[in-house]
Amino acid sequence: MASVDYNIYPLGEGALTICFGNEISSTQNDLVTGLAEALDKHKFHGFRECIPAYSSLTLIYDLFDVKRNFRTALSGFEIVRSLVEIEIHKLDPIPKTPKTPIEIPVSFRKTHALDLEFAADAARISTSQLIELFLAKTYRVFMLGFIPGFPYMGKIDKRISTPRKESPRVGVPKGSVGIAGVQTGIYPLESPGGWQIIGRTEMELFTPHADRPTFLSAGDLVRFVKD
Amino acid sequence: MGLVIKKAGILDSFQDLGRYGYQRLGINPGGAMDRTALRIINLLLGNPEGEAGLEMHFPAAELTFSEDLVFALGGAEFDATINGETIENWRVYPAKKGDKLKFKRQRFGTRSYLSVAGGFEIDAWLGSLSTNLIAGVGGFQGRSLKNGDQIAIRKPAKALHARIGVRLARSFRLRYSQSSAIRITKGADYEKLTALSEQLFSRELFRITGDSNRMGFRLDGKPLHLLNRDVEISSAVNFGTMQILPNGQIVILMADHQTTGGYPKIAHIIKADLPTAAQLGAGDEIGFRIVSLDEAETISSEFERDLSFLRMGVRFNTTAG
Repeated sequence: MASVDYNIYPLGEGALTICFGNEISSTQNDLVTGLAEALDKHKFHGFRECIPAYSSLTLIYDLFDVKRNFRTALSGFEIVRSLVEIEIHKLDPIPKTPKTPIEIPVSFRKTHALDLEFAADAARISTSQLIELFLAKTYRVFMLGFIPGFPYMGKIDKRISTPRKESPRVGVPKGSVGIAGVQTGIYPLESPGGWQIIGRTEMELFTPHADRPTFLSAGDLVRFVKD
Repeated sequence: MGLVIKKAGILDSFQDLGRYGYQRLGINPGGAMDRTALRIINLLLGNPEGEAGLEMHFPAAELTFSEDLVFALGGAEFDATINGETIENWRVYPAKKGDKLKFKRQRFGTRSYLSVAGGFEIDAWLGSLSTNLIAGVGGFQGRSLKNGDQIAIRKPAKALHARIGVRLARSFRLRYSQSSAIRITKGADYEKLTALSEQLFSRELFRITGDSNRMGFRLDGKPLHLLNRDVEISSAVNFGTMQILPNGQIVILMADHQTTGGYPKIAHIIKADLPTAAQLGAGDEIGFRIVSLDEAETISSEFERDLSFLRMGVRFNTTAG
């Protein structure tokens, strides 16, 4: 494929990160999910897991398994880096057909939308205009992280972009839908958190004993609908 | 039954070597803070190395054994006693039904481990017995222990008495230390440190603050500065990753770290030194020494080789003495 810009750096011994840039963009995130799929399909000896993020993929490996199976003078990091580079060069540049968006109902009632007024004031618009702008877009799940099942989605309309709270809440209620910068996310569990809460969903995003413990995965598309 | 908790400690939770494979779902690996201590006592007991043990902080749990069993302690030294009689770490002991295990004082370290021959009968979740305190699953009902909790044990595969008295040779004991520098490798953002901050980082000591726990250690020391703090977007982090907060202070991510983080990553503690770090607690001082990634890999390999000698020694039961 056409040359892809990337950087590979160690995350301590036993892990490395492949960084495709420093942006929240679908182009970079496509490379991340593409590489994650390729590595999952061609698991090498010592592969433990990979963790997709916005524009980077982290690979966790067992240093001893790697060194036992690839007997060279190279370090474990160098061995895994070359294995990863082979997969990067094979990446398919053709964008995948977009998935069907998953609908998530959200209530914007005052008791649920703890920071809706604050965010609307900051954007100098009414709360209903904010809700309208928020519902207008389809969001991509760029990654899961922070707490089990928490989706980092984006990008929200620039006009409603709001910075994180200066001091985080001790307990953000389960199901809270928040915004921070150009991102939006949902708290699958009650947890401390600093995002501005504009609504709440009843949808279960984390069911520990289900076959698929999280409702969403990286790469999914989401549309919020008024509950 | 196996154990009854008479008086819960401040944070007693079951942990194994961590739950890997699910970080892409935001599920953090968790696991024992001092994985080496847990591996060693399991080896002494004839358990698989990754069997779950009870991780205790001080004050630790007071408990009663409700059946005859065989156990070992390792990690921090909390002056353990059985029915008032002192027992030592890194040694296999028998316990009779009704025996009481207590910990009198915190002599050294922060986290002590109790493992039993055969292992505890607790909840597995996604391939691990570790308690995930955030999600409330795994281990014993997904939580830290409370007064009155009763924990069953599994029947050990081998005859119980076979391992009694097995103890770790002195040469194998972990070289924990409260003062030595923790070895680290450079992180992706290390080069962003100013020249002065780079010097401070390697020369200064930093104090672990009171709000340090299984998730991470916050350090207090001379603030470190970065040449630039451009866009910080989240990427995966690791056990031992060291980040710089906006106020210039360091935070070290420990066993219950989140899967991803956005703060600049300046360094990573090498695996062989994580147990030393894990035994530090609030008020302790910590310093850092940079090693190359190649050195870190070599140290890690030597460390695993030592453990495999121990594993063989235990198999032939030659470690006693």
